[in-house]
Amino acid sequence: MTAPADSLVAICPLEALTPERGSAALLPDGTQIAVFLLDDGSVHAVQQHDPYSGSNVLSRGLVGTHRLTAEGEDAERLVPTLSSPMYKQTWDLSTGAVIDAGGGAKKPIRVFDVEVRDGQVHVATAPRPGTGSQDDEA
Amino acid sequence: MTVPAPSPLVPVRARSPLDGTRLLVLGGGMTGHRLAARLRAEDPDGDWSLTVIGEEPQRPYDRVHLSDWFDHHHEDLLSLETGVWDDPRITLVTGDKAESLDRSAHTVTCASGTVHEYDRLVLATGSWAWAPRAEGKDLPGSFSYRTVADVESLAAWVAERGETLGREVRGVVVGGGVLGLEAAAALQGLGAHSTVVEFADRLMAVQLDDGGGEMLRLLIQDKGIDVRTGVGATAFRPAADGAIGTAELTDGSELPADVVVFSTGIRPRDRIGREAGLAVGERGGIVVGESCQTSDPDIWAIGECASFEGVCAGLIAPGNDMADVVVDRFLGGTRTHSRGEGGTKLKGVGVDAAAFGDVNAMTPDALEVSFVDPVHRQYRKLVLSDDATTLLGGVFVGDISLYSQLRPLTGRALGADPSAVIAPEGGGDALAGAELPDDAVVCSCNNIAAGAVRHSVNEQGCHTVGAIKECTTAGTVCGSCVPTLTKILNQELAKSGIEVSRALCEHFDHSRAELYKLVEEGGQETFTEVVAAHGTGAGRGCAVCRPTVASILSSLGALAGKRHNPVGRQLGSLQDTNDHVMANIQKDGTYSVIPAMPAGEVTPEKLLVFAQVAKDYGLYVKVNGAQRIGMFGARLEQLPEIWERLVAAGFQSGHAYGKSLRMVKSCLGTNWCRFGVGDSTAMAARLEARYRGLRSPHKLKIGVSGCARECAEAQAKDVGVIATHRGWNLYVGGNGGAQPAHAQLLVEDLDDETLQRCIDRFLILYIREADKLQRTARWVEEYPGGIAELRRVVVEDSLGIGEELEAAMQRHADSYVDEWAEAVNDPERRAKFVSFINAPDLHDKSLRYVIEREQIRPARSEDDPADTFPTPLAAKEHALAGAAQLSQEDQ
Repeated sequence: MTAPADSLVAICPLEALTPERGSAALLPDGTQIAVFLLDDGSVHAVQQHDPYSGSNVLSRGLVGTHRLTAEGEDAERLVPTLSSPMYKQTWDLSTGAVIDAGGGAKKPIRVFDVEVRDGQVHVATAPRPGTGSQDDEA
Repeated sequence: MTVPAPSPLVPVRARSPLDGTRLLVLGGGMTGHRLAARLRAEDPDGDWSLTVIGEEPQRPYDRVHLSDWFDHHHEDLLSLETGVWDDPRITLVTGDKAESLDRSAHTVTCASGTVHEYDRLVLATGSWAWAPRAEGKDLPGSFSYRTVADVESLAAWVAERGETLGREVRGVVVGGGVLGLEAAAALQGLGAHSTVVEFADRLMAVQLDDGGGEMLRLLIQDKGIDVRTGVGATAFRPAADGAIGTAELTDGSELPADVVVFSTGIRPRDRIGREAGLAVGERGGIVVGESCQTSDPDIWAIGECASFEGVCAGLIAPGNDMADVVVDRFLGGTRTHSRGEGGTKLKGVGVDAAAFGDVNAMTPDALEVSFVDPVHRQYRKLVLSDDATTLLGGVFVGDISLYSQLRPLTGRALGADPSAVIAPEGGGDALAGAELPDDAVVCSCNNIAAGAVRHSVNEQGCHTVGAIKECTTAGTVCGSCVPTLTKILNQELAKSGIEVSRALCEHFDHSRAELYKLVEEGGQETFTEVVAAHGTGAGRGCAVCRPTVASILSSLGALAGKRHNPVGRQLGSLQDTNDHVMANIQKDGTYSVIPAMPAGEVTPEKLLVFAQVAKDYGLYVKVNGAQRIGMFGARLEQLPEIWERLVAAGFQSGHAYGKSLRMVKSCLGTNWCRFGVGDSTAMAARLEARYRGLRSPHKLKIGVSGCARECAEAQAKDVGVIATHRGWNLYVGGNGGAQPAHAQLLVEDLDDETLQRCIDRFLILYIREADKLQRTARWVEEYPGGIAELRRVVVEDSLGIGEELEAAMQRHADSYVDEWAEAVNDPERRAKFVSFINAPDLHDKSLRYVIEREQIRPARSEDDPADTFPTPLAAKEHALAGAAQLSQEDQ
C-alpha cells in the first residue's frame, strides 16, 4: 500500500545519500528516521530507533541481503537487510520484519514509504500501517 | 495420588558416607590441593570437615611450573585453583608444620602448639631435596630448587652477588636431571653463567637413553650452558668473604662457583609417619597399597611421601591419581592406584626432550628403532616388542611432537611402520588415521582418558579444544597433550558428521582464511568483485561478511603497499559504524575519542589540548585498559571538529575502533626504572609505529616489559616482549578477556631487528590464517603442530617465506597514513559526519546526561528527569555551578 502523495515530505536530494549506507533524517513531527540508498538504486526508510538498544542509531547499521523463502512461496527471494550497529539484530529493510533477533524477542521496526521524484527523496510522514511493534515507542 | 514436591527451602540430599567425619591432610602441596578439590567436587553436599596444613606460607601452588616464577616474579601466577578454599567445609592452615602424630588419640600436634583431631588422616607431606655429602655444601650461596622460597632467595642471591663481585655470576648446578636443567636455565635467565655437573654419564639419566642424553647435551650446550657429566662435586671452598666460591670435582678439577644449586634428587618426607610407627619402605616413604591406605586403617598417604610397590614417585601424575583414589575410597568406592608407564617432559629450559616407557629397551628381545640427526639436533627412538608391533617406549629430543601422540599407546599396537613414524619428513603422518583406544590416558597429569575426551565432544557439545579443557580438565596442567586433544576432536567431529562449518555466512562458503587466500590470489579490490568471484550467488552481503571483506581488502592493500583507505569511500559501506566513523559507538549512540599514545607517553602540552577539548564539549574522561586516555559522549557530527583540534596538537588515531593494533603497552624500561634491563618504552614506540593501523581478524594488543618483573603484563597480550640481560624474549597468543590465556614463549634472546622480524612474520601469518574474529590465543592454540610448528615457521623460517612477510609488513609501515588527519582535511568526508541529513543543526534530543562522580554519564530511565541535561556540556556546567555555590556557602 502506498501512502497518499500529500503525506510525503521531501528529505534530501538523492545524490546526498551514500550508496549502501544510511543517513538519519527528521520528519516534520520530530520523528527520527533512517534512510538508505541501496546498490540496486532503491531507497528505503525505517525508524531510527533501535528497539533492542533503545538508542537512535539504525542509520548507522550495515545493509546487505538475505535469501528468504516466504510462507506459501516456492522460490527463494532476495530481501534487503539492515543490521543494528549495536547488537547486530537484523531486519528486512522492505518490511521491517525481524530476520535475526540474536536469540531474543522479535521486535520489528516501522517502515516508511519512499518515493524519488525529480531527484528528490520523499518519505511518508507516517509509518506504513502494520509495520513496527506496538510496544516500541520511538 | 500425588507426591508433594520437595520444598526448595529444605534441599534433599543423599547421605554422604563421610557425614560427620573430620578429615585432616598434612601437606599443603599439589596433591593435598588435588584431594581437597576432588572431594569437594565429588561430594558437594557432604557434611564433613577437611583441614589442610601446609608448612609453606603460600597457598598450595603449582610446583611443576616453579621455573615460571622467573618469568612472572609472582607466586600468585603459580597458584592452583583457589575456589576450593572458599568452601566453608575446608580449612587451609599455612605456615604451620605438623610435628607429631598420636595415632591412639587421633591427634596431630603442630609446631605452633595447635592440636588437630582427626577421624581420618591423609599424609601428603611430599619430599625434601637431598644433597650429597660434601664439605662446604652449606656455605652461603648454596640452594635447593624446590619451593617458591628457594627460587626467591636464589634470585636475590644472584642479584646481590653480581653487585658485590662486579662481574658475571658463575653458577654450578649439581645434578643434571629435569629439575637441574631447569635450575641451570633459571640461573642463566638471572644473568648468571651456569655449569651443570652430573655424576651419571648423561643428562636426564633416569629418563633418557644414551643417544637421547647425548643429543640433549648438544642442545643444552647450544644454549650456552656448560655440561660436565661423569663427575661429582666433592667439596666447596669459600671465597675471601666467606660465601661459596669454588667447587672441587671428583676428577680433581675445580669450577668457579659463586652460587650452587643442588638438584640431586628427592627423599620422601616420612618422619612423622615413621615416628608414629607406620610401616616405612626400604628406600623410605610410608608404605601404602593400591587403596593408598597405610598400615593404620585410619591413615592414608599420597604423593611423594608414599611408597607404593617400593617406589616413591616424584611426578605429579601418580600423586594426583593417589589423591583421586583416596577420595573415591572415602566415598565408598573401590578405585585402585596403579603406576602406568609414566612419561617425563623437560620444561622451562627452552630445549625439548621427552620420554616414556621402556626407554632403555630392558624388555627381553625388545627392538629399538631410532633416528639421529646431530645437524638439526634431533633424536627419536621407539622401543617395540620383538615382533615390532607393540609400542613399549619412546625417547624424543629436539623435536617432541610425537611424544603426546605416542605416549598413550604404551603397551598397545603402534599401528604403523615404526621407521615411517620417526622418519624426518612428515613422520607423524604415518599415524594420521590411528585412533587411541577409549581407555588410553591422554592427559596423564589429570588422568583423563581418550574416551572421556570423546564423550565431551559427542555428548557434552565441546567443539573446541578450549571447551574440552574446561569440561574435562585435560590439557590444563602441563599442556603437552593439547595436540592429541585437537586430533581427537577433529576425528570425532568428522566421524559424527558434525561439520564445523567455517563458512562465513550465507554469502560465502569459505572460511575467512580461505577467502583471504582467494582474494590475495584473485586480486579483487571491491566487495562487488569479491562477491562476484567468490560469493554464493547474488546478494550484497551482511553484517558478518561485509566487515570481514573490508578487513581482508584493507590488510591485503596495506601489505601490498597499495593503501586502501580503510575508511574511505571504497570500503566505507562495508564497515561497522565504528570503523566507518573511526570511533567506538557507545550505548547511547554517541562515540568515544581515543587518540594513540605510543608507549603510553604523552607530553603535558598535548595533554592540555586533550583536556581543553574534553572540557569544551563536557565529555567524560577515562583512562582505558590500553594505557590510553579517552573522552566519551561525542556526537557523530562533533567528531571531525574534535579530531581537527587533536590532529593539530599532534595526536593521531589510536584505532581504538578497529580490528587492528590497539596499543603497545609498556612499562618504564631503562630510562627511569631502577630494575629495567631493556628499553621497553622505546621498543613499544617502535613497534607501535610499525604495526599501527594494520587491519587483522580481531583486535591486537602488544606488550613490552623491560625486565622479568613484567609490569606491562606482556604475557597477557597477543604479542608479548620481555627484556632480559641477553635481549628480548618473544611470547605469542596471550589474551585477557573472557577466556584468558597466557602467552607462550616463541623464542628467546633476540636483538631488536630479529625481534621485529619475528613479530612481522607472526602477525602476517595470523592475518592470513585466522578465522573471523579469532584472537591470536585461540589461533595459536589450534595451530596445526602447536607452538613448536609455529616456531619452526616463524623463527626458523621452515617455509622459506620469512623475507616475503617482512617485506609485506615494511610496505604496510611505509604506506601508513593517519586516518583522522586524512579525514579532517577532506571536506567530502567531513560532510558525512552529520546529525540529520535534512536538519544538520539539530541533534538527537533523546540524549540526556546526568552527573556522577563529577563527570557525565548517559541518563537511565530510573534517573529523575529533573536531574538530566540535554548535552554533556549543560550537565557539566550545572555541576560546576553547583560546586561553586557550595564552596561559596562554605566560606
